[in-house]
Amino acid sequence: MTAYRSPVWCLALALSACSGGAATNQHAAPPPAQAQAARSTATPTLDGVRRKGFVQCGVTTGVAGFSAPDGQGQWRGMDVDVCRAIAAAVLGDATKVRFTPLTAAQRFTALQSGEIDVLSRITTITFQRDVQLGIEFPATNWYDGTGFMVRKALGVTSVKDLNGATICIQPGTTNELDVADYFRKHHLAFTPVVIERLEEGTGAYYAGRCDAFSQDRSTLAAARARGPNPDDHVILSDVISKAPYGPGVMPDDLRWMEIVRWSVYALIDAEELGLTSATIDQALASDDPDVQRFVGKAGGFGSMLGVDADWAFKIVKQVGNYAESFDRNLKPLGIERGINRLWKDGGVLYVPDLH
Amino acid sequence: MPATARVARPPWPRRSWSHPRLRALVVQLAVVAVVGAMVALIAMQTSVNLRQRNIASGFDYLGRAAGFEISQGAVSYSSRDTYARALGLGLVNTLRVTLLGIAIATALGVTIGVARLSSIWVVSTVAKAYVEIMRNTPLLLQLLFWYSLSHALPDVRQALDLSNGVFLCDRGLFLPAPSWRDGALWLQRPEFVGFGFRGGTSVSPEFGALLIGLATCTAAYIGEIVRGGILAVDRGQTEAAAALGLSRRTTLRLVVLPQALPVMVPPTTSQFLNVAKNSSLAVAIGYPDVISITNTTLNQTGQAIEAITVAMAIYLAISLTISLSMNLYDRGIAGRGREALAR
Repeated sequence: MTAYRSPVWCLALALSACSGGAATNQHAAPPPAQAQAARSTATPTLDGVRRKGFVQCGVTTGVAGFSAPDGQGQWRGMDVDVCRAIAAAVLGDATKVRFTPLTAAQRFTALQSGEIDVLSRITTITFQRDVQLGIEFPATNWYDGTGFMVRKALGVTSVKDLNGATICIQPGTTNELDVADYFRKHHLAFTPVVIERLEEGTGAYYAGRCDAFSQDRSTLAAARARGPNPDDHVILSDVISKAPYGPGVMPDDLRWMEIVRWSVYALIDAEELGLTSATIDQALASDDPDVQRFVGKAGGFGSMLGVDADWAFKIVKQVGNYAESFDRNLKPLGIERGINRLWKDGGVLYVPDLH
Repeated sequence: MPATARVARPPWPRRSWSHPRLRALVVQLAVVAVVGAMVALIAMQTSVNLRQRNIASGFDYLGRAAGFEISQGAVSYSSRDTYARALGLGLVNTLRVTLLGIAIATALGVTIGVARLSSIWVVSTVAKAYVEIMRNTPLLLQLLFWYSLSHALPDVRQALDLSNGVFLCDRGLFLPAPSWRDGALWLQRPEFVGFGFRGGTSVSPEFGALLIGLATCTAAYIGEIVRGGILAVDRGQTEAAAALGLSRRTTLRLVVLPQALPVMVPPTTSQFLNVAKNSSLAVAIGYPDVISITNTTLNQTGQAIEAITVAMAIYLAISLTISLSMNLYDRGIAGRGREALAR
């Protein structure tokens, strides 16, 4: 008579038992009262990377020069080099990186959920991403801005001449917002044509669907170099916004954030000190105190950071310095360094020394 | 004292919890409660986890300024307006293409269906070829095909002048439109000024490609449904109508179609729902519909969960409205046909 009841109650008991222990992964925040103390000592990402033996790096699905697979399936690009530098610093081997291609829609949730350790994906640093999404951007590795590509035949010399034009834009980018803001500020009108994928967007521009194409200037230069008749198109000299790109990490691991920051700084410092992947070996015997601190012969900075003493040496030896990374990835696309030069060369790359 | 007949007692015992209907009710309630509790617990834990990671933080982003421009729509909109208004504009665009698509697909589909049953060989073969091509190629490819056809149109500066102020170019079809000026209704013609046409109204190539692609593809499916419905009517009906001396057209209109309609309506409802959902492919060709705006919103705000939930709710509302209307129609007009069949 009561046989029908037992399966139902067993099910209820089993369910209440397993729902109590809902899964929490490494990024679950501790109770608020202990948050301050826990933040300074917990290193979940770093521990995870050491345990796994590789760095999980979030990249684009294929943007030439920043992160794209080459003919042999190897990932190459400026952002890829940043991840390799981090791996060289933490694990001693720049090849110990696994790449997760992410679309613009997936990138932040992948980082927030712990699926990737670092997001190196031409992500512009904005207030909303820093504050509202809670993502930390320890360093900037590329300074860019929104620009426009137009046909030379239109005779347009400045953005202000584009009143009433049709402009191809990618949805969800900071370019979209920048163009809307700029045109509103200067009381100009435009008609947007939003096409999600870069290839289709540039295709529509070349087919004549729009008068101008708006993107970050480095992307425009790459698109122009690869498109038909590069000489028929010109990138306007107006830069209507600032777009600093940098790798992003979650804020619950301060040590990891510092490692990412100083890996990027090491690339730039190496160029400032004149160290390249070819000359770094001779630098081991240098008398220059700056170089000695950099390669780990003095100062003990590696142990302060929680990594090997020769972390910066490994970065330069296996990845190169900032200039080498640029020459390898962006120079072949015809992109100029512009303001991405060292401060003493007239650019804005000004990072603290290893001191 | 008269002998009163004893009322027949139910055979089951007196104890109330052994009553079979009550037992069934209790078991069902218990299962619903358990499943409901499980779902609620999962939902609560998920929302706590999401909030801790800053992944989902509520729907108040809908009240913030969107910051991006949208190219077309009947509703006035500027980048200062809220995300909610942008979504509203996307909804209007989706509804426009859905309703027009349904109308055109139905008209075209009925034609195709009847044409397939035509006794003229050329007509039926062309219809058959049409159906096979449309059904066997992916809709996305068809949309990209129609959109790339629009690129083949002449450049805006060499637009085709189709007289009376109608211009056709790769930026769209520009038509004269009525507008108020000096207290009178004028037909304003589009004029080429600066970079493009000003005045009048326009049909963008994105809208055109989406509409044509959706309508032609769905028409093939509806054509097959119509053909199946007509073939489902008993042959005897057609023969009897012929025996009565009714012409072919009268037979179709008064005998065959009323009986075929009940068979056709449920699958056609599915096809209408498909039009609504397939309109979301607009994001591939740059037409600003709900999914396109949602995509932009979630890229700008980073709040993927909320944005997708809102989009799903919108599509659910549209689909439920369509299926509700079709069910009412089914019970009404089509139902009369069913009664005729039953009699």
